[in-house]
Amino acid sequence: MNLSYWGTRGSVPTFNLQTQKYGGNTPCVALSDDQTLLILDAGSGIRGLGDSISQDMMDHYDIHILITHFHLDHIQGLGFFKPLYVPGKKITIWGPPVSDTTLRANVGKYFGPPLFPVHLRELPCALTLHEIVPQEPFYIHSYKIVADFICHPGATVGYRISKGNKILSYIPDHEPWLGSVDFPNHAEWTSGYELAKDADLLIHDSHFTNDQYEGKIGWGHCSIQHAIEFAKLANVKRLDLFHHNPEHTDEDLEEYYVRLVDNSLPFDVSLAREGTNVTL
Amino acid sequence: MAQKEIELILSRQFADSLDTPIFITDTVGNLLFYNRPSEKILGLKYEDTGPMPVDEWSTVFQPRDEKGNELPPGELPLVKSLKEKMPAQANFWIEGLDGSRRFLSVTSFPIIGQGHRFLGAIAIFWENVTE
Repeated sequence: MNLSYWGTRGSVPTFNLQTQKYGGNTPCVALSDDQTLLILDAGSGIRGLGDSISQDMMDHYDIHILITHFHLDHIQGLGFFKPLYVPGKKITIWGPPVSDTTLRANVGKYFGPPLFPVHLRELPCALTLHEIVPQEPFYIHSYKIVADFICHPGATVGYRISKGNKILSYIPDHEPWLGSVDFPNHAEWTSGYELAKDADLLIHDSHFTNDQYEGKIGWGHCSIQHAIEFAKLANVKRLDLFHHNPEHTDEDLEEYYVRLVDNSLPFDVSLAREGTNVTL
Repeated sequence: MAQKEIELILSRQFADSLDTPIFITDTVGNLLFYNRPSEKILGLKYEDTGPMPVDEWSTVFQPRDEKGNELPPGELPLVKSLKEKMPAQANFWIEGLDGSRRFLSVTSFPIIGQGHRFLGAIAIFWENVTE
């Protein structure tokens, strides 16, 4: 399984000299093999990904975009994803079901005035939209995917993606402490556990430190410490800390890493960095 | 055991934060969680029992109407909410394991998650109401 980080920042694009190492684009992760491009979220990072697609990939690859939820930082790059403007190009968008509306209506809120000049119906690509069914596996070529609701305001899912014997868990916005009575001790009552269980790589929210989290409980994000505890509970093999706080500079992130990541953990922990690749 | 749906996890968190007795059941009435104030009603501690099958917890207290007649299970609000996926309410007497009789007003409602997923029901018990 090959993945690349195109956007690792949370909340809002953040470009300055102090954030250039870990990146300023909002969430977008790409998984690719020889026939499929699977894109996790359409934050501002998806623009660069779209620009990087070769003509050969455009001609032969199936493109699937898996949206976790419709907060702006996870969809704001969608309108700037070039394949959407290629006539007839087959693109599928997957997203969570929401009781009072449809996936098409949610995507349609982005495309069209007053937010965007192009209407959804004017996109020349062959666009299909699928609402995922929580906990029900679906398949995209050799990828097996399970999505489920997780603890984050509004209808938000995380994804568990398997290919061969490798498992990727993608939970970019998550507050596992909030719903758990005795975090991190009861897997059965911990949001996201089944998505992350035994994953080879968990890409997980790490927006705050514990001190910063104190005043932001209920906002839908977690601390670096909680992300590590959650990863430990789920018995993952590697944790990539993701959804970096826009107020955290590269220097801050590295200082938190040194201070909060225990060297004796039974799994690897990394700071997700835009522009880097991971092979599982 | 498999992880619970997020709506049930958050319901438990909500129940755990209140000083009002609350039961949370799955779709067939198995008691997934009851909070500390509920322990007075059941006479049992969640820490000791954990989740309980419906036929176990429903026999713990014998609900009776104002005239002392036994209330059939179908008349209990929680059962109605599970069966009809509608809110329900009723007043009745119970006798806890500690032997004390209590008059309760019970309100229940189904837990319907995003995507119209039916996940269980919640019952809230109000004590010391006027008979």
